[in-house]
Amino acid sequence: MANNESPLKKVCIICAKGTIEDVYATLVMANGAVMEGIEAKVFFTFFGLDAITKKQMNRIKTATVGNPAMRAPGGLPFPTILGIIPGVEAGVSAMMKSSMGKLDIPPVDEFLEMITAGGGEIYACKLGMDMFKLKKEDLWDEVKDVLTIGDFYGLCGGENTQIIFT
Amino acid sequence: MAQKTIAGQSIDLNDEGYMVDASQWNREVASEMAKEGGIELTDKHYEVLDFLRAANEKGETLTIRRVGKSGIVDIKGLYKLFPGGPLKYSSKYAGIPKPASCI
Repeated sequence: MANNESPLKKVCIICAKGTIEDVYATLVMANGAVMEGIEAKVFFTFFGLDAITKKQMNRIKTATVGNPAMRAPGGLPFPTILGIIPGVEAGVSAMMKSSMGKLDIPPVDEFLEMITAGGGEIYACKLGMDMFKLKKEDLWDEVKDVLTIGDFYGLCGGENTQIIFT
Repeated sequence: MAQKTIAGQSIDLNDEGYMVDASQWNREVASEMAKEGGIELTDKHYEVLDFLRAANEKGETLTIRRVGKSGIVDIKGLYKLFPGGPLKYSSKYAGIPKPASCI
């Protein structure tokens, strides 16, 4: 199953969006990498910065408007027009988080801790921070550094390294 | 599937080197398997292995988070005990199947 001759050694993951599905895709891939002994570096930018901003990190939501793959429980259709009703986005997001909790998928802050416990590194994008007027102290304490994309590319060298954009 | 003599016993292993029959496991087998992987098992290691074996017997889905909340070791500590594959290697030396979990 695995290619043992030339295994993957490092993943560099860029997360630019702040919905539950985008952030968790990033976290699952980063954590999955360190669990396999693969080095992981994660760069959060633009709306993805919510995932490492203290105030927002455990409040991320899924979009209930313009998300055709989202269905009501039982597979019933969920018309986009329902998604605009106040409280629907929060309710749907709470439901998603509860079903994830049942699968032992942790909240964002705990998930990030799991990644750094395994040696994964978390970075914030300087340009994105300037845009959203965020300061280093607004970020989760274990964010390793605030970098330009050039700096981040500098960390992405080495053979068998992949850059993944979620 | 292959058979291999580990600690004087014939052990059934799958293609990835995981034990097929958890009842063939004992501490000596674990110790020798771990040595092959470059790890000298301590009491702490065995505590983790016992926890995994018990959880597996109950049919629980094992995740690294679950082990981190076992009270035996935190996640950082688990990475130190089994470098490069905390859940993968600990399961291997516990004689249980490779965890089918992404977390």
